[in-house]
Amino acid sequence: MARAERPKSRRPLRLIAEEHASEPLDHAPEPLVELLGVGKDYVTGPEVVHALIDVQLSIPRGEFVAVVGASGSGKSTLMNILGCLDRPSYGHYRLGGVDVGGRGVDERALVRNRLIGFIFQGFNLLPRTTALENVELPLLYRGMPHKQRRRLALTALEQVGLLGRANHRPNELSGGQQQRVAIARAIVTHPPLLLADEPTGNLDSKTTLEVMELLERLVDDEKITLVLVTHEEDIAARAHRIISVRDGRIEKDDPRPPPLPRRPGKEAAESAP
Amino acid sequence: MNALWDALGLALRSIARSGLRSLLTVLGVLIGIAAVVTVVALGESAREQVSSQIQSLGSNLIYIFNGSGDGQSRERERAGQRLSVSDADAIRRQVVGLAAITVYSSRAAQVASDFETAKVDVVGADQDYVTVRGYEIVSGRDLSASEVQTKAKVVLLGQTAKLRLFGNADPVGQSLRIGRHRFLVIGVLSPKGQTPFGTDQDDRIITPIGSWQSRIFPGHPGRVDMIIASAPNPTVVDALRDQMDQVMLEQHRTPPDGKRDYHLLTQDSFRQSEEEIYGVLSVVLVSVAAISLFVGGVGVMNIMLVSVNERRREIGTRLAVGARQKDIRLQFLTEAVTLTTLGGLLGLGLAALGISVLEEQLDWTLRLNVPAVVAALGTSLSLGVIFGFLPAQRAARLDPIEALRHE
Repeated sequence: MARAERPKSRRPLRLIAEEHASEPLDHAPEPLVELLGVGKDYVTGPEVVHALIDVQLSIPRGEFVAVVGASGSGKSTLMNILGCLDRPSYGHYRLGGVDVGGRGVDERALVRNRLIGFIFQGFNLLPRTTALENVELPLLYRGMPHKQRRRLALTALEQVGLLGRANHRPNELSGGQQQRVAIARAIVTHPPLLLADEPTGNLDSKTTLEVMELLERLVDDEKITLVLVTHEEDIAARAHRIISVRDGRIEKDDPRPPPLPRRPGKEAAESAP
Repeated sequence: MNALWDALGLALRSIARSGLRSLLTVLGVLIGIAAVVTVVALGESAREQVSSQIQSLGSNLIYIFNGSGDGQSRERERAGQRLSVSDADAIRRQVVGLAAITVYSSRAAQVASDFETAKVDVVGADQDYVTVRGYEIVSGRDLSASEVQTKAKVVLLGQTAKLRLFGNADPVGQSLRIGRHRFLVIGVLSPKGQTPFGTDQDDRIITPIGSWQSRIFPGHPGRVDMIIASAPNPTVVDALRDQMDQVMLEQHRTPPDGKRDYHLLTQDSFRQSEEEIYGVLSVVLVSVAAISLFVGGVGVMNIMLVSVNERRREIGTRLAVGARQKDIRLQFLTEAVTLTTLGGLLGLGLAALGISVLEEQLDWTLRLNVPAVVAALGTSLSLGVIFGFLPAQRAARLDPIEALRHE
C-alpha cells in the first residue's frame, strides 16, 4: 500500500492514469483527497480577493461529504480546485496520492477524464444527442474504440436504471432521468471521485430522493467518494460528513454519526434536527 | 484516425442540426467555387475554339500588311496602299525556302448566279492562295498559273458562297456575274468556318488578282491588301519573315532609318496576343473568385465564432469530462472544414449544372476541368482550415469554469 507513495506523486500523470485504468480502486492510497494548505487568490482590478485561504482537507475513499456554505463563501472555488478545473494559488492538492493541483491544462484534463466524475445542477447533457452518446463522451476523449465505448456506456446506463432510454434525447427525458443519464456519464469511467454541484437543485422532491438514493448506492456499492455541494439541509444531512465553508475557510467540519449498516439515508434525513 | 472519424461525425451532425444556417453560411464559398469552375470551363473552351480558328487560317503564316502597323485604321491603310503584286513576285524570286506565297485583296460585291443574287466577299489572289490558306478543292479544280497570268474570268467558290448562290446544285461549269462580267466557276473549296476575327472564311469567291484588279475593283492598279506567305515549318518562320522584310525594304526603297510603309506579322503573333488576352482575363477572374472566396471564408469564420459562443456550455461540459484543448480545437476545426468542403461540393454541383445549361445555350462543348475541380476542393478545404482556426482556437482556450457557468 505504502509502496512508492512519495515518488509517485511527481511522476508524469499519463503513467498514473494508465495504471489507474487497470488497477482496481481498492488499491488507491488513503486518503483519496488531500488538500494541504490550499488557497486561491483572484486579482480583480486593484483588489485581491482571497477566495480560499489555507484549506486543510482530507477525504478518505468511500466517504460521502456534503459541502455547504453561502454563495461567495468559496465553496465553488473549493469544488473547482477539487475538480481540477482550477489551480490553487498555493498549497498542494493530492488525489490518490498524486500531486495534481499544479498540473498544466492537458494534464488536468487527463485527471478529470480518469479520476473524476462531474454531476451538475443543470445536468449539462449535450442537446440533440442520445443518452447513450452523452454517456460515451468521456470515453471518446480517451480515444477508446467505438464498440468498447458503447459497451461501457450501456453498462453505466444499466447501473442508473435507464437502459431502456439509451436512444432517447435529453428533451425526451424527465429531469430526474436526465440527471441519471448525467450520473451514468460521470461513472462510466469508474472514477474514484465524484463531484456533484447541487445535483438535485433542479428536481422535485420525489426525483430528488431517487437521485440521492442512486448516489448513495454508488458510494456504498462502488466505494466511490462523493463530494456534494448543496444548500438543502436534508440533503446535507444524508452525508457522512458536512463541511461548512465561510469566507474562504472551512468553518466547520462535522462528521456525522457512522452510517447504519444498510442505507441509512431516509431515516437519517428524517431524524435530523 | 479514430479521433478524426469521431470529429467528422460530430461535425456533420452539428452542421445538419442547423441546416439552413449552415447553408447560408457556405453560400459565399458555394458561389465562389461554382463561379471559378464554370468560368475556367468556359475559358478553356473559348481558348480552344480561338486556337483552332487561328489554326484554320493556315499553318506557319507570315503576313505583310499595308501601313506601318502603328494603329492606323484599315481605311487609311487601304487609301495609301503600297503593297503590290510585284512585291510578292520579288519575294517569291528572292526568298528561298517559303512553302507558298500569294497576294490577297478582298471587297464585298454583288454577285449573281442564274438563281440568286448575294453580297459576297470577292477575293483577288493567285494560284497559291488555296495552298497558303490550307483550303482543299472538294469539287472541280484549283486556279492555274496561266489563268492568273492571263487574268482569266474564272472563280473558286467557298462553301457558304456556293450555298447562297447555287444551293445544293454543283456549280462547277456554271457561270456567275460580278458587275458587268461573267465568270466561270471552276472549283469549290472545303469549308473552314470563322476566323478569330469573326468573318466567315467560306463566304467568299476567289478570282485571279489581275482579273480582280481590272474588272472588279479597278481603283489601284497593281496594289493589293496584303501578301500572305507560308513557311514549311514553325522553326523557320522568324528567319523567313526577316528575309521577306529585307526584300520589302529594297522593293520600297526604304531609307536606312526610314519608316516602313508596310508591316509583317506572323500567325504566332496572333496567338501571342490571344494568350495575352486570356492571361489578363484569368487574372481578373481569379481575383474576383479569390475575393468571393475570402468573403465566404470570413462568413464561415463569423458563424463559427457565433457557434463557439453559443456552445460555451457544451464546450465546458466536454472540458470537464476530460477533453483536452486539442480535442476541442480539432472538433471546431473539423466542423469549419466540413462546412467549407460541403460548400465546395455544392459549388461543384452548381457548376456542373451551370455548365450543362451553358452548353445547351451556347452550343459549345464544355468540360468540368479536372485540375479545376481538384483545386476547388483543395481551396474550400483550406478555407475551412484558415478561417476555422481562430474560432477553434477560441473554443479550445475557453476557461472550463467560465464555460460551464454559461447558460
